[in-house]
Amino acid sequence: MAEHVIRLPDVGEGVAEAELVEWHVKIGDLVRADATLAAVMTDKATVEIPSPISGEIVWLGAEVGDVVAVGSDLVRLRAPGDGKTPTAIGEQTSPQDAPAAEGTEPTLTPEPRMAGSEKRAEASPVSNTSRPAPTASRQQFLHGPPRPEGEKPIAAPAVRLRAREAGVDLRQVPGTGPAGRITHEDLDAFFSQGPTSARTPILRARTSVEAIKVTGLRRRVAEKMALSSSRIPHITYVEEVDVTGLEALREALNSRERKAQPRLTLLPFLMRAMVRAIEDQPKLNSVFDDVERVIHQHAGVNIGIATQTPAGLMVPVVRNVEALDVWGCAAEIARLAEAARAGTATREELSGSTITITSLGAMGGLVTTPIINHPEVAIIGVNKMMMRPVWDGSAFIPRKMMNLSSSFDHRVVDGWDAAMFVQRIKALLETPALIFIEG
Amino acid sequence: MQGITCKLLVIGAGPGGYVCAIRAGQLGIDTVVVEARKPGGTCLNIGCIPSKALIHAAEEFAKVARFAADDSPLGISVAKPKLELSKTMNWKEGIVGRLSSGVSGLLKKAGVKVVEGWARFRDGKTIEVATETGPQVIQAEHVVIATGSDAIELPVLPFGGPVISSTEALSLAEVPPRLVVVGAGYIGLELGTAFAKMGAGVTIIEAQHRVLPQYDAELTRPIAARLREIGVTVHTGAQAKGLSPDGDALMIGTSDGQTMALPADKVLITVGRKPATKGWGLDAIDLDMDGPFIRIDNQCRTSMRGVYAIGDVTGEPMLAHRASAQGEMVAEIISGARRAWDKVCIPAVCFTDPEIVSAGLTPEGAKAAGFEIKTGLCPFRANGRALTLEDEAGFIRLVARADNHLLLGVQGVGVDIAELSATFSVALEMGARLEDIAVTIHAHPTLSEALQEAAFRALGHPSNT
Repeated sequence: MAEHVIRLPDVGEGVAEAELVEWHVKIGDLVRADATLAAVMTDKATVEIPSPISGEIVWLGAEVGDVVAVGSDLVRLRAPGDGKTPTAIGEQTSPQDAPAAEGTEPTLTPEPRMAGSEKRAEASPVSNTSRPAPTASRQQFLHGPPRPEGEKPIAAPAVRLRAREAGVDLRQVPGTGPAGRITHEDLDAFFSQGPTSARTPILRARTSVEAIKVTGLRRRVAEKMALSSSRIPHITYVEEVDVTGLEALREALNSRERKAQPRLTLLPFLMRAMVRAIEDQPKLNSVFDDVERVIHQHAGVNIGIATQTPAGLMVPVVRNVEALDVWGCAAEIARLAEAARAGTATREELSGSTITITSLGAMGGLVTTPIINHPEVAIIGVNKMMMRPVWDGSAFIPRKMMNLSSSFDHRVVDGWDAAMFVQRIKALLETPALIFIEG
Repeated sequence: MQGITCKLLVIGAGPGGYVCAIRAGQLGIDTVVVEARKPGGTCLNIGCIPSKALIHAAEEFAKVARFAADDSPLGISVAKPKLELSKTMNWKEGIVGRLSSGVSGLLKKAGVKVVEGWARFRDGKTIEVATETGPQVIQAEHVVIATGSDAIELPVLPFGGPVISSTEALSLAEVPPRLVVVGAGYIGLELGTAFAKMGAGVTIIEAQHRVLPQYDAELTRPIAARLREIGVTVHTGAQAKGLSPDGDALMIGTSDGQTMALPADKVLITVGRKPATKGWGLDAIDLDMDGPFIRIDNQCRTSMRGVYAIGDVTGEPMLAHRASAQGEMVAEIISGARRAWDKVCIPAVCFTDPEIVSAGLTPEGAKAAGFEIKTGLCPFRANGRALTLEDEAGFIRLVARADNHLLLGVQGVGVDIAELSATFSVALEMGARLEDIAVTIHAHPTLSEALQEAAFRALGHPSNT
């Protein structure tokens, strides 16, 4: 039996380390070649590490949440066969190339792959028959075996009387005594758990605390938010926008029969309005390097779209919005959101934004206080749209109104500039024709 | 005529009614109990207690008669004994009287008002009692029907003359030279055996094919053997046809189709008991019935709100201790407590010779209920105490679930085994397993060791074989 060492492969250009986010195997598992061993996360992409050979897992080199350097030992695996030579599987040599000479360590390089980008190897751990079947947990023992349906509960007369007086149906009380007998202690336990009896609902305080390790994407989000919140003095500016006209336009465009036409949401119009506003105030489309004290003002408008995915918050980026029409924006948003949710978005698609939009749609609320996507200097938050009565000078009229809650880096954006920027967007959205008229 | 109103009215002061009334009184419930005869009901006055007194007297007499016959291996001999049954009856009446006045005292102490007379429902909440001083109307919030049961009469043998029920049998002034007992249930066997031991020539006829047909054959075999030993003739598969024309014999149809005359001075009819549902106005309240019995739920409630029924009038088993347990429960329910019938077993005892106890499920009953079972049986011939009592007949048998050894039933037949019934019941109510019985120290030398031994045998490791 030869023992092989599998090292963390190069998972992306310029990436020196990656966070281990998930083990797909445990010690004692038998794995086939190409079965997924682990998932690691770099910047914002998750990468799966497949096993280059078949064998039994004998050692795991890191715990979930650990940051592992590329090239460090990840897994030791015992391969079946007669290899007397211990082998290490690492760097850039393949077994065929490796000389079988003693003292040298033949290595194997796993081919990393994007999580979700291919079909996962079926049933990665082949079996774990070498491990004993898990014995009944102590918890199970304490609660006794479940009573078969329809079986009469067994309890001493005093226990029955006590249950009756408390309004407890003994059929619902697990018995820990011999033959499943319900003891006074079982009743005590049942009372302290809070019975589910409909007749006497008892409210009980819960005292347990569950420790949930913050790993992977959650950890990245946490770090990013902490960084932004601690480094950037935010100024948040809220203004309401009458989108009645914009909604009419959007509806008209959506109702036109056009093949392969993406459905327009409000976002493409907002993105186009931002492009127009940025033309007037280019410094809001910037990345502020506060270490070097340099503002990198970008000519291209790359808008990050904060997106909720099953794994957590992600910000795919629509690049060069200035060169896209509303249809192009809509198509790009749909494509990127899908990729983010499926976990197939590339590092390039998840980085490089110069300004960000955050929108929760119908869940948008009245007002939010968005956190700037560091190191950008502005973020536009979209609140929920609703019909509100608006005074037009002589009467209340129903208008579709929507708030924009926007935050700015107050170190480099003054309140006046922030207000001007939002007012410009407001004016464009309220008279949407202006978005499309040059000059 | 003055009306009475109360919270609880109990009709009948038998072992169901008086226990219910006393408990209710103790709980502070304003309670009235109506009884036409003496407090204590069938059990105390004309049933359990007087019959046990007579059985004891008969057993004592038979013992001395054995000594007199110079037949005793104990080396005791005495002169020929003599029985004055009227004296025995006086002694028996003394016991009944003491117990009956005891019940009256308890009722009084609990603050329960006793109205003597025959009750009849006017409606679900109003009862009219025919008392010595005229009709008395009682209105109650809750009514408990505890009217009990009566001996069943055979149409071909109406009571009267030589044809008697157990009530008359328990008050005979002389031992009848020839007694024919119709019905080999436990009452017929108890009384037939007692009179045989007192010197009567006893013949028992039974329509079914063995004595005590409601018990399993294994349990009744020692009884049949003992009946033969004491000279009782048993005709099974026989039908009573009526008295002979001159009234000194019972005509029966035998199992092989013959007609036979059994000479008889008295013919005791013990073919069972029927619920007492007549004569107190059941038709006025129109309760739902369950066959001949009043239908009740697990809180002894009838189909009419506020009307409860307990005891023999509600069904089998017609046993005093069942009625008492129901009575106590109902009193507590009326006081506002949460109660429901959840007994695991109602033990049944036959004071035959030897005695029988059955608690919980029999092997057949357990199988019929769908259980896989284990049984263990210890005969008393393996029990030292039984040998020193000169009676090694019988056994104790345990029935348990095969999977978890939970005790499902205990049956036994043997000398003095009635007193072991409590240990059987406690084991069943507590949810004992075979192991619980097996590892409990049972005192030596006692009959109860047979219980422990039966448990060992059911577990597959007998300790004395």
